[in-house]
Amino acid sequence: MTCSSVQVQPYLLEALEEKFTLHKLDTTTEPDKAARFLRSHRDSIRAVVGTAFVGADAELIDQLPNLEIVSSYSVGVDKIDLAKCKEKGIRVTNCPDVSTDDVADLALGLMLAVSRRLCPIDRYVRSGLWSKLGDYELTTKFSGKTVGIIGPGNIGMAIAKRAEAFGCPISYFSRSKKPACINYNYCPTVVDLAANCDILVVACALTPDTRHIINRDVIDALGPEGVLINIGRGPHVDEAELVSALLEGRLGGAGLDVFQDEPNVPEELFKLDNVVLMPHVGSATVEARKAMADLVVGNLEAHFLNKPLLTPVV
Amino acid sequence: MESIGVLLMCPMYSYLEQELQSRFNLFKLWQQPPSKITEFLKSNQRTIKAVVSNARVGVDAQLIDSLPNLEIVASFSVGFDKIDLKRCEEKGIRVTNTPDVLTDDVADLGIALILAVLRKICPCDGFVRSGKWKDGDFGLSTKFSSKPVGIVGLGRIGSAIAKRAQAFGCSISYHSRTQKPLKPYKYYDNIVDLAKNCSILVVACSLTDETRHIVNREVIDALGPRGILINVGRGAHVDEPELVSALLEGRLAGAGLDVYEDEPEVPEPLLRLDNVVLLPHVGSDTVETCNAMADLVLANLEAHFNSRPLPTPVI
Repeated sequence: MTCSSVQVQPYLLEALEEKFTLHKLDTTTEPDKAARFLRSHRDSIRAVVGTAFVGADAELIDQLPNLEIVSSYSVGVDKIDLAKCKEKGIRVTNCPDVSTDDVADLALGLMLAVSRRLCPIDRYVRSGLWSKLGDYELTTKFSGKTVGIIGPGNIGMAIAKRAEAFGCPISYFSRSKKPACINYNYCPTVVDLAANCDILVVACALTPDTRHIINRDVIDALGPEGVLINIGRGPHVDEAELVSALLEGRLGGAGLDVFQDEPNVPEELFKLDNVVLMPHVGSATVEARKAMADLVVGNLEAHFLNKPLLTPVV
Repeated sequence: MESIGVLLMCPMYSYLEQELQSRFNLFKLWQQPPSKITEFLKSNQRTIKAVVSNARVGVDAQLIDSLPNLEIVASFSVGFDKIDLKRCEEKGIRVTNTPDVLTDDVADLGIALILAVLRKICPCDGFVRSGKWKDGDFGLSTKFSSKPVGIVGLGRIGSAIAKRAQAFGCSISYHSRTQKPLKPYKYYDNIVDLAKNCSILVVACSLTDETRHIVNREVIDALGPRGILINVGRGAHVDEPELVSALLEGRLAGAGLDVYEDEPEVPEPLLRLDNVVLLPHVGSDTVETCNAMADLVLANLEAHFNSRPLPTPVI
């Protein structure tokens, strides 16, 4: 059995190398080199391990005639051409649930860090300014602020549960009302949600419908005191609109773990104190990554032993 | 009221200062050169009937004794460790603080520090801003949810921290002078056992003679190389040199500190560490809470000088 994989953690690499013949595809080098690599191994590759950054698009799938399964080391499968996989009978698995807590924790971390200006204040202390210039300016209270959640799925609900402990009323948007959200305020449109919350969190899956779900209208509705938290995917947000809103003070602040074109982050954001910028680390804890690696390997083993897949998407 | 002298110990909050200025005869202690303070107090000692202090600048016996007409000390803080309560009691001087209105903010900051330390939020933010993300991933941090949290002092702030941490699936245990039978958390009658049995230790008690250096070498050792310390109490709760050497030697995994033994001085070796978050005593420094605290200070002063019951007396 052979796999092709990209930029993953040592624990996962070791597990894969132990059980399979592992081919590591480096997509950061020249396309020609990658193409030659695939051509030379094309027939022996029966599985692909993708990540949140690099999945399996139609082009890759077409180059691997014996591909049977794509096991993604991520929750999101937006970088996998699911339609193509279905067409070709290729199975797809992901890693739901095991990183839910970590992503939700980071969402709260971002809300608190933005509201209380944690990073600029820590920098202020480290640069010796506390004794030189005195106290930093006042920040904004977090407890009791209304939190609006786009996508009350596992991650969205985990965020809501945590925010509730801070006395935050919860509002949400999804295509239809959810029975589990009976204590939360349903908003029929995202603009409605943005107008009725202080902190707007993107927690839904990326699909063609949710691309740029945060657009100019939503940002305007959220307003100059509002804060946007994105722990979904970069393309959920019209990044250019977000940047200009922040630079012009039309949006109060943002906590971002994902960007349109990772690892590139709009440099105009770097001088802002009201944003917190994370390098897509929502599930980047030792604990979550170990559990995810176990799921990737577990799904592959199940497939090649003709057992039911642990966490199939397709 | 304009004739009542109020001594403001240091710059605190502009809204409070303005209100005190408009309602009373306000004296600003910090505007006097140090050599002239004794003289200044002597010439105004008949007028000054109230002192407004805070967490940083207190009211000691010497000051109390130099103000023979002092009737009330209203602190713009919930902690009153810098006020000589004994002397005030002896002289029948009332003391007030600002409880409850700042509980949420301090608890929020406690949780923020836990998340920031474990998930390396500040180093990650710095990593992105420096452009280093283009060269590779940041690396892994540590999960918060479900970790056992130990709280020293289960008062208003400690309880609010516990409530929040529970929502992250954390088990809560605590140490305080006495067990709280109505609280559903595990109690330890000594802090070393608490530290042994948690991975995140949060200091949230008040500073008294008994709790000075309550976090010492033994406690730090019990917390261990995978443990983290969060201090939203007072700097003097922690043996600071022991904390610094534990962090430098890897005997403690990390720390989130809002308070220090000698503010605004922060131990220099900490400034270079990635596994600490350093804040300048901002536990209650939000606009909303400072407004509420100021209103409470003013309400206490107004009540006293109108012979009404004090809203939040300490004594």
